[in-house]
Amino acid sequence: MLTVTGLCTDYVGERGQVVRAAQEVAFEVPAGKLFTLLGPSGCGKTTTLRSIAGLERPVAGEIRVGGDVVFSKNVFIPPNRRGLGMVFQSYAIWPHMTVFENAAFPLRVSRKFSKEKVLRVLKTVALEDFADREATKLSGGQQQRLALARALVMEPRLLLLDEPLSNLDAKLRERMRFELKRLQRELGITTVYVTHDQSEALALSHSIAVMNGGRIEQIGSPREIYERPRNQFVADFVGSTNFLEARVLSREGDFYRVSSQIGGMKVLATDPLANDEIVTISVRPEDIELSERKNDGPNVWEGTVYQKVFLGESVDFVVTVGEHQLQCKAHPSLRTRVEETIYLRADPEKCVALKRN
Amino acid sequence: MSTATTTITADAGAAPRFDAKWLIIAVCVALTLYLAVVPLGFLLWQSFFTPQSAAKAAVFTFDNYRQAYGSEETWTLFLNSLQFATGASLVAFVIGTALAWMNERTNTPFKGLFFALSVIPLIIPGILFTVAWILLGSPKIGLINLVLQNLFDTEAVFVNVYSLWGMIWVDGLHYSPVAFLLMTAAFRAMDPALEESAVMSGASVPQVAARITLPLVWPAVFATILILFVRAIESFEVPALLGLPVGIQVFTSAIYQAVHRYPSQIGLAAALAVTLLLITSVGVYFQSRLSSQGSKYATMTGKGFRPRTIDLGRWRYFTTAIFLLYFLAIVVLPFAVLLWSSLQKFYAVPSMEALSRLTLDPYRTILSYPNLARSVWNSLLLALGSATLVMLVTSVICWIVVKTRLPGRWLLDNIASLPMVFPGLVLGLAIMILYLYLPIGVYGTIWIMLIAYVTRFMPYGLRYNTTSMLQIHKELEESAAMSGASWFTTFWRVILPLLKPGLLAGWIYVVIVSIRELSSSILLYSPGSEVVSILIWELWENGQYVELSALGVMLILALFVLVLAAQWLGRKFGIREA
Repeated sequence: MLTVTGLCTDYVGERGQVVRAAQEVAFEVPAGKLFTLLGPSGCGKTTTLRSIAGLERPVAGEIRVGGDVVFSKNVFIPPNRRGLGMVFQSYAIWPHMTVFENAAFPLRVSRKFSKEKVLRVLKTVALEDFADREATKLSGGQQQRLALARALVMEPRLLLLDEPLSNLDAKLRERMRFELKRLQRELGITTVYVTHDQSEALALSHSIAVMNGGRIEQIGSPREIYERPRNQFVADFVGSTNFLEARVLSREGDFYRVSSQIGGMKVLATDPLANDEIVTISVRPEDIELSERKNDGPNVWEGTVYQKVFLGESVDFVVTVGEHQLQCKAHPSLRTRVEETIYLRADPEKCVALKRN
Repeated sequence: MSTATTTITADAGAAPRFDAKWLIIAVCVALTLYLAVVPLGFLLWQSFFTPQSAAKAAVFTFDNYRQAYGSEETWTLFLNSLQFATGASLVAFVIGTALAWMNERTNTPFKGLFFALSVIPLIIPGILFTVAWILLGSPKIGLINLVLQNLFDTEAVFVNVYSLWGMIWVDGLHYSPVAFLLMTAAFRAMDPALEESAVMSGASVPQVAARITLPLVWPAVFATILILFVRAIESFEVPALLGLPVGIQVFTSAIYQAVHRYPSQIGLAAALAVTLLLITSVGVYFQSRLSSQGSKYATMTGKGFRPRTIDLGRWRYFTTAIFLLYFLAIVVLPFAVLLWSSLQKFYAVPSMEALSRLTLDPYRTILSYPNLARSVWNSLLLALGSATLVMLVTSVICWIVVKTRLPGRWLLDNIASLPMVFPGLVLGLAIMILYLYLPIGVYGTIWIMLIAYVTRFMPYGLRYNTTSMLQIHKELEESAAMSGASWFTTFWRVILPLLKPGLLAGWIYVVIVSIRELSSSILLYSPGSEVVSILIWELWENGQYVELSALGVMLILALFVLVLAAQWLGRKFGIREA
């Protein structure tokens, strides 16, 4: 449905200097899927989205929507003729219009006004009772839904969402997340979603592109991104993790045996590794099993509890193994005290070896 | 890469084909450049040439400058101007700051009245204020002298407005509300927490004042004095009415006299105007430098905090007395004396005898005055026309400056603000010269005044629009583009309605200042294109004081209604004055 290839977009900064915001960005979104651009602020995700929208003019690359080229070397379709729907971070609800007029605007400017259509889309987002209200009288969540209604009213081929939940408070954000997911799945509308919030991305997406410094670091399903990060940046940005330096000793099927800062380990690697290669191992805190009795199997170490923080649903431990400290998450029933001995175990499946760049 | 820098606009919708957007932008930019830059060029050119006539072509010469600056008189002129402007700005500043401090930081009663002051210079035009103060302070017929002479039973002259000090007093007093507003803003912008935290750090009250308060308000103080100085040196009514009769000349009145001499010496006027322009440019430049630097000092934290007020105790009767005296001098006395004179057949000082001769004759005379209907019509036409044009053109200019990344937009901003440095009289002169040489038939018509008004008030329009435009999030525009709206539709249906508060406020402001405009019109009008302020001027020259007063009273009332309407609209549409 959407194909982006070799996209480069420059951005002229405050002092006129040229900042390259998106570099060689390429991805494809199949029809009906929700694709997320995830990354820290300034990573180029919003620039990429705005380039698709036509609000920025890329310097190179090609963008196709449903087979039509909307941007390439000699083509630039202005945003008002691309026929895409977009929800802005600030919602951009026009304060001088009613709820109805806001949603009707896209139909009015294209002279395809139909009252039923507007009412239908307002019903979809559960705003039909507010049609005559002034748009400024809506709450944050309602404004967000109105922005969505306005983006959907033209039945666009592609829906673009620019951090649509970031202006809501935490509780509402969680609810809207489910709401948005339900709507997208029901309407089956192809969607590009931009966010810096990893849990939002994991919860909503069919697939995720993690961006950093203008480039895409990894594209994959939420599970792949979380469980099989390709590099340190992705592992660190999505969820929290422990990094350990290690040297590859030998290969064992899909696994490798390495010698790490905390001792011998059996780890998984997505890319083939060479013997003696220096790699970084990523182990997530929740994948480290803690117990007071020593278990059998590979990847078992002995350590001492350095610090613990009770969080209610879980307990965060910092455990010292040799010279090194590891973050671990455990069930609150584990009551080992600070400075007592504790045993750590990690499934080799969950210890991912990352190539150094 | 170069394509990106030249074509990225706010909506990046730079389709290569023809677009109404570019036409409108081009027209507005061209108009701005033409209005702001061309007259300046002609003014400079004229100052180096002899006047062109049917018999002789213009010849390059330094004579104008030699004549303007080669004599003893020039030195006196320069000194007079400097003394007048410095004096008037300091009088305005001291009065305005004292009032602002009393209003913001003390518990002086009658606070509600203070803000009524801010509109005084708007509703009492300079020429009427000056005339009123002549009736109050002239050595022969001035009421203040007469009252004091009666009281002390002497013949001595107590006050004389026909002097440098008189000019300074009248002009400074008239513009003290400007200083009041600017200094109020400065006092408000200062977060009391800054002073309080100094107190908590152990500083004494004088230490706080010297090391915190003063450094923080210093940029505002300096900027305010600069604004007042530039305004005073541009002032025309006071020097013309009070200075010229006793031979005290400043730049503005000297320019006026050079033009109105026979034969008129436009080259000399232009040479004088160039100096005046230089002085105002320097002033405006430093003031803009200061205010951009001022944002560093601005400690606005958003929602209005009300700083602690000092309890003055018994001293507050004293401050109240000062305030009431001030109110008397700036509103009550001037208006009362005009009202009194407007009810007399011939001007007479108040007495029981004169009281018995009260009449509405001056109103009858002025209402049947042959030029009145035409002047009022011209004033209205000019005010509405210039306000509408100014606001629409500057809304586009402002959009380009604020919303796009077009290269050179800062230059456009500066050019549109350029008329700020033109004193009204100099602008009038420059436009006069331009259309004397440019035979497109506007000279001597009402159109030349429309051009002058639009040029003169463009910076105000820009100011009002910019304040509103900055509040419009760019996504409001982008979402219209994403909804399929063209640039024109977006501008018409989204930008302009959102600008409405600023547009309306600016529109009314330009209407008001257009109606009272005198210093540009005085050089540009001709029989048939008089405006109300010119009519007042002519009545003064003819010595028709009672008719002048009647017209003045009606004008003040009309402007008062307009200001009330503006404030009502402001509340309705939630305008917050910049």
